[in-house]
Amino acid sequence: MNSAMPEHTLEAHGLSTGYGTDNILHDLDLTVPPGRITAIVGANACGKSTLLRAMSRLLAPREGQVLLDGKSIHRMSARLLARTMGLLPQSPIAPEGIAVADLVSRGRHPHQNLFSRWTRKDDEAVDAALTATRTTELAERPVDELSGGQRQRVWIAMALAQETDILLLDEPTTFLDISHQIDVLDLLTDLNRERGTTVVMVLHDLNLAARYADHLVAIAKGRVHVSGSPEEVLTQQNIRAVFGLESQIITDPVSGRPMMLPIGRYRVLGC
Amino acid sequence: MMTDRRPDAKHRISAIALTNRNRALWLAGVVALLAALCALSVTVGTRDVSWSDITAALAGRTDNLGQAAVALRIPRTLLGVLAGAALGLAGAVMQGVTRNPLADPGILGVNMGASLAVVIGIVWFQIETAGAYIWWAIAGAALAAVFVYTIGSLGRGGATPLKLALAGAATSVAFASLVIAVVLPRADIAGGIRSWQIGGIGGATSERIWPVLPFLAVGFAISLLSARKLNLLALGDELAVGLGERVAFARASASIGAILLCGATTAVCGPIGFLGLVVPHVCRLLVGIDHRCLLPFSALGGACLLIAADVAGRIAARPAEIDVGILTALIGAPVFIWIVRRQRVREL
Amino acid sequence: MVSTSLQTLIANRRRRQRRYRSVVSILALLVVALFALSLAIGQTVTPPLEVIRVLLGEQIAGASFTVGQLRLPRAVMSVLAGLSFGLGGVTFQLMLRNPLASPDIIGITSGASAAAVFAIIVLSLNGPIVSIIAVVAGLGVSMLVYGLSFRNGVAGTRLILVGIGISAMLESIIAYILSSAPAWNLQEAMRWLTGSVNGAQLGQAIPLLASLAVFGGLLLSRSRDLEALRLGDDMASALGVGVARTRMLIMVAAVGMIASATAVSGPIAFVAFLSGPIAARIVGSSSSPLVPAALIGAVLVLAGDFAGQFLLPSRYPVGVVTGALGAPYLIYLIVRVNRTGSAL
Repeated sequence: MNSAMPEHTLEAHGLSTGYGTDNILHDLDLTVPPGRITAIVGANACGKSTLLRAMSRLLAPREGQVLLDGKSIHRMSARLLARTMGLLPQSPIAPEGIAVADLVSRGRHPHQNLFSRWTRKDDEAVDAALTATRTTELAERPVDELSGGQRQRVWIAMALAQETDILLLDEPTTFLDISHQIDVLDLLTDLNRERGTTVVMVLHDLNLAARYADHLVAIAKGRVHVSGSPEEVLTQQNIRAVFGLESQIITDPVSGRPMMLPIGRYRVLGC
Repeated sequence: MMTDRRPDAKHRISAIALTNRNRALWLAGVVALLAALCALSVTVGTRDVSWSDITAALAGRTDNLGQAAVALRIPRTLLGVLAGAALGLAGAVMQGVTRNPLADPGILGVNMGASLAVVIGIVWFQIETAGAYIWWAIAGAALAAVFVYTIGSLGRGGATPLKLALAGAATSVAFASLVIAVVLPRADIAGGIRSWQIGGIGGATSERIWPVLPFLAVGFAISLLSARKLNLLALGDELAVGLGERVAFARASASIGAILLCGATTAVCGPIGFLGLVVPHVCRLLVGIDHRCLLPFSALGGACLLIAADVAGRIAARPAEIDVGILTALIGAPVFIWIVRRQRVREL
Repeated sequence: MVSTSLQTLIANRRRRQRRYRSVVSILALLVVALFALSLAIGQTVTPPLEVIRVLLGEQIAGASFTVGQLRLPRAVMSVLAGLSFGLGGVTFQLMLRNPLASPDIIGITSGASAAAVFAIIVLSLNGPIVSIIAVVAGLGVSMLVYGLSFRNGVAGTRLILVGIGISAMLESIIAYILSSAPAWNLQEAMRWLTGSVNGAQLGQAIPLLASLAVFGGLLLSRSRDLEALRLGDDMASALGVGVARTRMLIMVAAVGMIASATAVSGPIAFVAFLSGPIAARIVGSSSSPLVPAALIGAVLVLAGDFAGQFLLPSRYPVGVVTGALGAPYLIYLIVRVNRTGSAL
């Protein structure tokens, strides 16, 4: 694994926050292992997206803090943070008719200020991002003409053009066909291996998370229920506690990682 | 989709049975209120009159200024009752036909369509008779209704309340610009119809009321008779069809009544907005959603509101008058905004 | 060695830049041409040489009055108002991500106009104080519309409907003040209901020029942030834009510009609404439409006023012409938004 990137540490301490009157996250502690792929899993409305939003500064903590390299992210300048940490939110909006290359170029925003002009470096960053996501051939096409999977790759390219060490993704696979889901996850693995990018993503599919992530964080009721390697997290007791579901854990014959088989009321042998 | 929030038929019927006595009381109340307001409208105005003047004028004498003033107020009050009832009823019908709490002859562009048609008729086709005004207004109202409904139905989800309201509001804004464009070069007309353009019942005379009565009568009849159909439509298209109702026909026939009422009213009074929005909502709170009771109640309530607004307009800015159209906009727009706020975002 | 993909990328970007530059140049030339046309042509035609001489300060009998006193202030006002409305309008449409969220539809120009009418007719005020009152009112209405439509975030359609509701209230207030004014002057009424540059004075141009310089400068300096905001609040925040602060800054600047123009010319119908979409169509979606929209605004007002005075069977103030143009486009836009479910 290429570790040309400086390693940044991202952590949350005693984080409590939410929208409205109640808190969704309660006294949450989390350390993101640098240079690895981390997946955040949990039931709906358990706080996964809220956690990601709090860690990317979209949501202010009411108690506790989020630290990047030991400094609170809320004290950093927004620009500086954007050069270190990139985010792909759930529903990004592409201006109508915009071309792929142009959208990816928007990712250079944190590197430019009022008076700077577009330089060769910016072009190279965009080119590298397009190449890494294999979207170079799509460069001049309008984004709204692309398939869901292609569009997601373009958004990731934009985040790449930001040239950040950390990449946060909020449910990057949720609305995609299975083949596109695998495509995106493979791409993220490429990025992690070739560039050493720290990847933190919220995934709703537990098995895909177990297959692709080095580190799993399971959230239940606004707290970290358990975190660790997929083998440590995917156990019958944990699944019962986090998802309220009986299950059987086997080893996925394709990847060798653990895999969760849900047990319902019907279609269960020996029932 | 709004069907998951609607109570089922059985629940509704039992709710109706429980409040029958309440509804009779409310009905009596609103009739009494209307009578009181009419009395107020005749006695109060920009000029103070004495009691003897009032009784004399009611008997038909117009010997002095006071009696003349009262004599003018009688047709004005009558027009106010008719216009208010027509608009309140039309609003209730429109809300029932489109299942849209934001429906209103003004918001859906129907009144503005009628306005535009009348203005085009006067300026380009030199129409002059009251009958011609009314027919043109009705044609304009009908075309606007079809136009707005078509535009609002395009795209995902069909004619959702917000999409329909937006299509109607935009059409209304667009038509208003066109009205100005058509009227402006005719300085002779522009000044004369200024009050009409804002919407008001000032200057009403019996001669102006007679021609519109038959249209209003037919409109009232059709609308009131469509009460049962509207009850069925409220259950949702699928259920209504299942219960044997021909949905498209029911919608069309009920709409015709509303369009007649709007067109005729706008021809005489100009576009008065927001009345058809506010009145049915208030009435629904008091007498429930059964259209057989809601429709007549909305008519009476509309009449009350219009008369009240007209009286307020006459008193508040003495010796000048505030046209009714202005007051209904000032009262009605906040209600409109309040209803918009309550709509679920997913109904976009 | 430079990879071919990089070369293609650079070439395409340069091509887009060239297109942008030529669009802006052509529009600027168009503005100058229309400006010159409105100085030269009127009830009488003044030869170009005389026009130039008058502009340079010479006193020529007849021409000094027609060009200097009648046509010049009118043309200058048209350009300044057009620039203000165009730039302000496109800013709102971009910031709220909806072409229908134009300040003249959601009530901001109505608010400024109502305040101006109130100040002039009821309070009998004149001069820059009217502009200030209009700006304050415009800001108040924007906050009101935004605040009323906020419920777990702002939903586009709700914002527009609330804006239309508030606009209806304000229009009725304007109608009332105008109708109760001591002298019912149709010209004045038209100014405040649909906008007009009749009777413009050069003195009024100075505060407008100042507002354009200050607010316009502020907006243009933030154009990159505005482009980031188009990607969604979350994405913009991720790119390092302070969303709430930038939004407020941009809004204040846009409202300031629009309200200042409205205080002088009234709410020239639909210029703010039309300029943005036309600019976006001409310049392509990949370049910033801010400057082109400002220029198109100026073109619309100049051309509209010219047409309203000389090309139509009767004399129309510019607002009626742009209103008649904007009306069908508004309908078309609703149809398109409904059909494709898209936004600007």
